[in-house]
Amino acid sequence: MTRGADDAAARQKRFLQRFLDSVPHLKLIGIGYRDHGKDWAELEMPFAEQQLADPDYGIIASGAIFTLLDNCAGFAVLVVRGEMIPYATLDMRVDYLRAPAAKATVIGHAECYRITRQIAFVRGLAHDGDPANPIANMAGTFMFTARADAMGMFPAPAGSEAAA
Amino acid sequence: MTSLALAAALRDERHGRLDMLPYARALDLHFDQDDSEVRLIMPFAIGLVGAPGRIHGGALAGLLEIAGLAAVIVAQADADQLPRIRPVTVTVDFMREGSPIDTHAAATVTRLGRRIVNVSSLAWQYDRSRPIAAANINFLLDWPEAT
Repeated sequence: MTRGADDAAARQKRFLQRFLDSVPHLKLIGIGYRDHGKDWAELEMPFAEQQLADPDYGIIASGAIFTLLDNCAGFAVLVVRGEMIPYATLDMRVDYLRAPAAKATVIGHAECYRITRQIAFVRGLAHDGDPANPIANMAGTFMFTARADAMGMFPAPAGSEAAA
Repeated sequence: MTSLALAAALRDERHGRLDMLPYARALDLHFDQDDSEVRLIMPFAIGLVGAPGRIHGGALAGLLEIAGLAAVIVAQADADQLPRIRPVTVTVDFMREGSPIDTHAAATVTRLGRRIVNVSSLAWQYDRSRPIAAANINFLLDWPEAT
């Protein structure tokens, strides 16, 4: 990878990190950027007290995991589009497979596997360290709520033609 | 995720807060109940915002799940003998955007089984007949070994 491509990737990462840091509800729950690729995105939720449903058992509220996966899926849609297009969750299903380990950082991973003019289809999972042993599985659909150019492009990823 | 304190509050009080669940405290959830149902109120706060000017879908899903949990708890025969109650599957439809005002939610038990409880949960803002989000939730009940 060239120096220029490294810079472009770092620039895009900083831009997305700043964008996610500005979402008030992510700050409230304690969710932040982890990683992303061409058609996938990851967020992480380090353990924090406000995520707990039951302090006696240390059980994380399923709503917090839902929030992590919902936002992760929307983030995956944005990286596929390569622009900050407004979208809304149409529907989303989460299967809770098991409880996360005590005080674990929960990682959300979502992949936007199909996109049409109006709808994006996303699948994903949450895990606490090993993606092969997930905590939760998700499937969701998202719709675009305004014109594509409404909020502008974000910095192009490394090696992308779009930068030109 | 059952909290006996939550069950006690729902048994003894008509109105109150759900601070015994730290996640519900973060959402600032209150409850209000009559003989027919428990209603939850999530007052608008900046911390609920996802996209500019809209409530985050995850906060609405969290509200719907806790409304479902409350409905499962009040449907149990004995508030002192509670199983652990966990959602297994949650499917949420988002019908309208969440405006920056208070959100209400209430859930109904569609089938009360000993191990599985099927729940339908609705959230609304201006008008109960125009819900903004709806969830179908299947809860699994884990009873203590002794019973």
